[in-house]
Amino acid sequence: MGHDTHIHEKSVAQHEFDRRKNAVEMRKQVVNFAIMILFTFIAFAVVVADFSPYFIKPFILLLAAVQVVLQLYAFMHMGEKHASHIGTINTFVWVGAIIAFTVFLCFLTIIWW
Amino acid sequence: MDINTKYTPKTWPDHAEQVTLEGKNKFVGIWIFICSDIVLFASVFATYLALKDSGPSGMDITAKELFGLELAFVMTMLLLTSSLTSVYAMYHMKNFNSKGVLIWMGITVLLGLGFLGLEIYEFYEYTVHEGFGFTHSAFSSAFYLLVGTHGLHVIIGLIWITGLIIRNAKRGLNLYNAPKFFAASIYWHFIDVVWVFIFTVVYLMGVLG
Amino acid sequence: MSSVAIGNKKGFGATLWDYLTTVDHKKLGNMYFFAGLLFFAIAGFEALLMRIQLMVPNNDFVSAGLFNELLTMHGTTMLFLAATPLLFGFMNWIVPLQIGARDVAFPFLNSLGFWLFFLGAVFLHLSFFMGGAPDAGWTSYASLSLYSPGHGIDFYVLGLQISGAGTLISGINFVVTIITMRAPGMTFMRMPLFTWTTLIVGALITFAFPPLTVALFFMLVDRMFGANFFDHTMGGNTIIYEHLFWIFGHPEVYILILPAFGLFSEIIPVFARKRLFGYSSMVFATILIGFLGFMVWAHHMFATGLGPTANAIFAVATMAIAVPTGMKVFNWILTIWGGSIKVTVPMIYALGFIPSFVAGGVTGVMQAVAPLDYQLHDSYFIVAHFHYVIVGGVVLGIFGATHFYWPIMTNRVLNEKLGFLTFWTFFIGFHLTFFIQHFLGLMGMPRRVFTYQGDQGWDLFNFISSIGALLMGLGVIFLVVNMLLSIKSKPLNTSDYWGDGRSLEWALKTPVPFYNFKQTPLIRGYDPYWIEKHEGNKEGMTYAEPVGDIHMPNGSILPLIMSIGMFIAAFGSLYHPDGVSWSVPVIILGIGITVACMIIRSFKDDLGFTVTKEEIIATEESLYGKGGNK
Ligand code: HEM
Ligand SMILES: [Cu+2]
Repeated sequence: MGHDTHIHEKSVAQHEFDRRKNAVEMRKQVVNFAIMILFTFIAFAVVVADFSPYFIKPFILLLAAVQVVLQLYAFMHMGEKHASHIGTINTFVWVGAIIAFTVFLCFLTIIWW
Repeated sequence: MDINTKYTPKTWPDHAEQVTLEGKNKFVGIWIFICSDIVLFASVFATYLALKDSGPSGMDITAKELFGLELAFVMTMLLLTSSLTSVYAMYHMKNFNSKGVLIWMGITVLLGLGFLGLEIYEFYEYTVHEGFGFTHSAFSSAFYLLVGTHGLHVIIGLIWITGLIIRNAKRGLNLYNAPKFFAASIYWHFIDVVWVFIFTVVYLMGVLG
Repeated sequence: MSSVAIGNKKGFGATLWDYLTTVDHKKLGNMYFFAGLLFFAIAGFEALLMRIQLMVPNNDFVSAGLFNELLTMHGTTMLFLAATPLLFGFMNWIVPLQIGARDVAFPFLNSLGFWLFFLGAVFLHLSFFMGGAPDAGWTSYASLSLYSPGHGIDFYVLGLQISGAGTLISGINFVVTIITMRAPGMTFMRMPLFTWTTLIVGALITFAFPPLTVALFFMLVDRMFGANFFDHTMGGNTIIYEHLFWIFGHPEVYILILPAFGLFSEIIPVFARKRLFGYSSMVFATILIGFLGFMVWAHHMFATGLGPTANAIFAVATMAIAVPTGMKVFNWILTIWGGSIKVTVPMIYALGFIPSFVAGGVTGVMQAVAPLDYQLHDSYFIVAHFHYVIVGGVVLGIFGATHFYWPIMTNRVLNEKLGFLTFWTFFIGFHLTFFIQHFLGLMGMPRRVFTYQGDQGWDLFNFISSIGALLMGLGVIFLVVNMLLSIKSKPLNTSDYWGDGRSLEWALKTPVPFYNFKQTPLIRGYDPYWIEKHEGNKEGMTYAEPVGDIHMPNGSILPLIMSIGMFIAAFGSLYHPDGVSWSVPVIILGIGITVACMIIRSFKDDLGFTVTKEEIIATEESLYGKGGNK
């Protein structure tokens, strides 16, 4: 099964470059994380601050959606072009999301007994 | 075979988790599994929303009175942070630093354990002190099943990652175990994704009534 | 460890052990196929008992209670334990060959999927001997089943939970296999249609089985652990069960019919000796059907009272599915049109399928009209409709493909004369049984009744219907006899048995060695084998690599033990509501066994084994004589 993997030694410069690249990427991830934490704070804060529910509900749902997209595309590498078969994976995930949305819509609208 | 090939930081391939066919399979496989889990959670979640606050006539416990935000906030922070620590583990995997992988995965497990402990405490409080047991009402069944399904995922994730750490504690990274760590970390992020919805919809919107 | 030991015959014990531990997709394909056939026979027998009961009015051949059990077990078994595994048998056998892979992506999980399915099925059938089978219909609506006494429903819930987990695992496995393991050159738009439909079906399973799992789990905790999801006195809501069930249930019917579409799309071009007409529109239609299949579930619930808006939306969405389905039908017809047709047994099944399935599709569109469905709902019209699509579509597909792929699967051929006899007996019996039921339904005969009063104008039609059912049973017996006879017949040792094979699987010489292709083939277009034949390639295929070592997965007994663990846990859960003291320990024991196996699995590296070039050449020689696979 396994295609034999050929060992390839990187040059020193390439190696240094890659390490630096990884570090930069990691820093980006920390920023993403900071954004998520911030959003969480805001979400809890607006609830505690007792704004009108008509504002809070859509607002915190929006925050949640942004957080989830960050998780999916940054932490879970859905946005990485060279990850294998990532296009197919994206399709599957979004189809799953559409189906999940349909289920929600149905349960919130036509179950009323 | 892959497992006997010894690597150095310089020969360690980029995307080591996806250079073998097995690695690709694991990567795609965990994603397809997550897709099916999305629908699983959607079903439980939608049921929760349909049954929220409903119980036998005269039931006096509602989401608004029951839920507190302090605990949920701490749990959220723990789980979010554990997501970041597993990103750190993957960062060290890229740099072929197996010790870094193990340590950060270990921290992830500890944070996850903290989360789980708080969840158990919360369930215990509700059940014993509030009289809000699993069989109390449709609302309680739906609540425990939703949050409990998530908790079960956490437990499975913890066992999985702990197993990986123990199994690979003494041997370095190779093309055989790299995909396993990677798949586990993706799974762990997904648990976090679900929790974002749970804290928003169950706790925050629950408190709003 | 593995099957490199070649040539010499193995003893019975060794063969049995080999099958219990195998992860080979071909052997698992056989296991799925024969397990499916077994359950098909059981469920068919139940159907015959029902038809005998309904043959004359006021009959007392079976009691009302037993009829309900037969009805439930027939439907449940046919859908989950017969049709699905039979199709899985073909998918396991054919898809890896069609894409030029050595095995599926997760061979271990493939075996786990089979054993979960099989033990779940066995568990469900134990109900007959342990206090009564489930009796609330294959849908097992909560409003009825929640209060069903005894353990029947518990068997249903737990058995389907286990076998459903197996199906989900296999479904995900197929998806990953098709995404990652296609031979070089096999782009998505060069994939044979059976592979395409398998991919889409895998996706449907991925998305549709979780709601079933959830619905069954709710039912499980409601019945066995005191939860209140469906108990309205405690604030629960039984309609939730119906929704969850049909969110799964409608995709499930496409899970069954799409592979049949795929099989016919393989059969028809071979015997029309013409390229499949409108390949890309076929692919597009498959995807569209798969997607729309998720948006129409409430057409099963029109009479529940969802309100006019919801009914209208779901009615329109349902009718929309007829469009891609119609595209497919026309593509098949246009493939046959102008071809130089060979009417073989698989082809006659295809020719019989098209009009039968169209009839079922048309009644489906009728039912999609919500106001009309208020009339048709729960009448024999519904029974006629779904048997037209299921028997006229899925079963004809399975039978046709059995004849078509028998040379690859067993290196034997099914007798053609007996094949035609099977077809005509079954086909005539089928239309006799179900055509007339449309009218029974329109005359008002309700579905799921164990008997009826005479002189309502239903007597003759019911009698005819039962005669048809007996003919169908006879047809199935002919098929089984044909299979048994073929064992005795001469091995074929050939490739491209039908002479006009187009896709990759026909390039292989039978018996197929355990590693499939000696060298991974290079795909140079759609219908790759036909291209090579057309260009006069004597080798069979162009290969992407020289003969070299092949890496194969190890067998394992763990999947079986893991499934047994779940089987044990299910017993604990089943008897939990009886208040026996051992129920919880047994649940823990069972789950413990399963988890222990998982831990063993992850702590023991499974690196597979390597078949060297010399072993490959020796294998080929022992299979095909000197010169190997040429
Ligand atoms: C061998 C030929 C068959 C015969 C004679 C037959 C006969 C019957 C009969 C008499 C019923 C009961 C109808 C009622 O009272 O409502 C029934 C129901 C059903 N059959 Fe068949 N059947 C056959 C094949 C199949 C196949 C191949 C499948 C699926 C793969 C299937 C799926 C079902 C289902 C889902 C039900 C509904 C059960 C329920 O109402 O819960 N049948 N069949
Ligand atoms: Cu439907």
